[in-house]
Amino acid sequence: MNKLKTLIRVGIVGYGAYVPMYRLKAAEVNRMWSTSGEPVEEKAVVALDEDTITISVECARQAVRRSGVDPANIGAVYVGTESKPYAVKPSGTIVAEVIGATPSVSTADYEFACKAGTEAMQTCIGLVGSGMQKYAMGIGADTAQGKPGDALEYTAACGGAAYLFGPAEESVAELEASYSYVTDTPDFWRRSKEMYPRHGNRFTGDPAYFKHITGAGKALLAETGYKPTDFKWAIFHQPNAKFPINVAKMLGFGMDQINPGLVSPVVGNTYAGSSPLGLAATLDVAESGDRILMVSYGSGAGSDAFVWKVRPPIKHRRSGPKVKNYIERKRYVDYATYLRHRGQIIV
Amino acid sequence: MSVPRYWREEKPRYRLIGEECAKCGAKHYPRTPVCSCGSTEFKPYKLAETGKVESWTVIRNAPLGYERFTPYVVALIELDDGVRVMSQVVDVEPEAVKSGMKVEYTFRKVTEDGQAGLIQYGFKFRPIVD
Repeated sequence: MNKLKTLIRVGIVGYGAYVPMYRLKAAEVNRMWSTSGEPVEEKAVVALDEDTITISVECARQAVRRSGVDPANIGAVYVGTESKPYAVKPSGTIVAEVIGATPSVSTADYEFACKAGTEAMQTCIGLVGSGMQKYAMGIGADTAQGKPGDALEYTAACGGAAYLFGPAEESVAELEASYSYVTDTPDFWRRSKEMYPRHGNRFTGDPAYFKHITGAGKALLAETGYKPTDFKWAIFHQPNAKFPINVAKMLGFGMDQINPGLVSPVVGNTYAGSSPLGLAATLDVAESGDRILMVSYGSGAGSDAFVWKVRPPIKHRRSGPKVKNYIERKRYVDYATYLRHRGQIIV
Repeated sequence: MSVPRYWREEKPRYRLIGEECAKCGAKHYPRTPVCSCGSTEFKPYKLAETGKVESWTVIRNAPLGYERFTPYVVALIELDDGVRVMSQVVDVEPEAVKSGMKVEYTFRKVTEDGQAGLIQYGFKFRPIVD
């Protein structure tokens, strides 16, 4: 097994999250298409002047501010997303410039559908855990695309979270172990130059989402020797409101363990931002000593699983707006305004 | 804005950095070649990221490159350090903007050079999120 334990102890020294303020209700999608689905209650939509880079910057600035780390000492900024504003020009260059991490910094954009964010996080853990960098930032953020009229239109949402990794003794949550589980599973894809993704409908369930999350989760539990009862909280990738609840049951976790991080019913699926945003919402309420299981899922397909142990600095390193505050700050838009915000109406 | 000019001005626009006169201490944003005291020596100055709206207008007929954002608010903002900056105020309906409204820095797209050109980013302000 390729379990991921670092040579040097690593932890999250700062975290930040962001959800844009506009919301599209599932009922509005139903009104438009005369349908009756409701995989989530509503989803977050960007403002006219927001994209994955601006979301990443919001998250990154909050993470740096909370950490107290001099941004000049951040040696890597990696952005995981499937909605890069530029096909060629790394989002991380702009994020690094805004937060003041340039020029002694490595940047790159990661792509792995909805687990691009945890890929970026894992790379940062590797850099810090090997001693190559003292601090490294991994971001998961998206302005996810759903074809008008497609099932994904209910859920494809906007938001993200950023994690600054550093020495465990400075951290709010220490990484105990991590594990990845990947196979070639064509459940969802978007070809080059195509605007919208395609997916395999029901095929996206059992052989894709559930197989990979349970594969990663069970392997990491077996490797660490932990049982579901050893965890105060758990976060599973949230493509809709139902899947994370079902997969939690399959792995032996209860609603009380996943509730703080279960944001998809009111935010939607923020793709690469999904499980990182769930972790941020969980850290917002966690206490020192709490153990957290986090398992992402990205189509294609794979899952990254992490075990975090919350440390005492959490108390004073979560100032400013919480995920809850961003969720409660909302303004509803109708379908036409939604299309305008998503750049579908060209002015 | 040309690509070289955007690049030259990106750090002040990204990080809200003005300048402070080395002689009299006056603070400026945007940069000015000569201070009101006559000095031409300046050092970078990090502006406050919160302030209040002093005055504003609503743009309904936008200049080239800004049409897709209409109607939008442009305001004169007095930052908490006393420096005044001109900026868009976003995440608020134009009719809800008020004199004295507390606002904070946010990072947004400012304009785009068409579908294939550069995306220009910079600071704007929004009502404080808490």
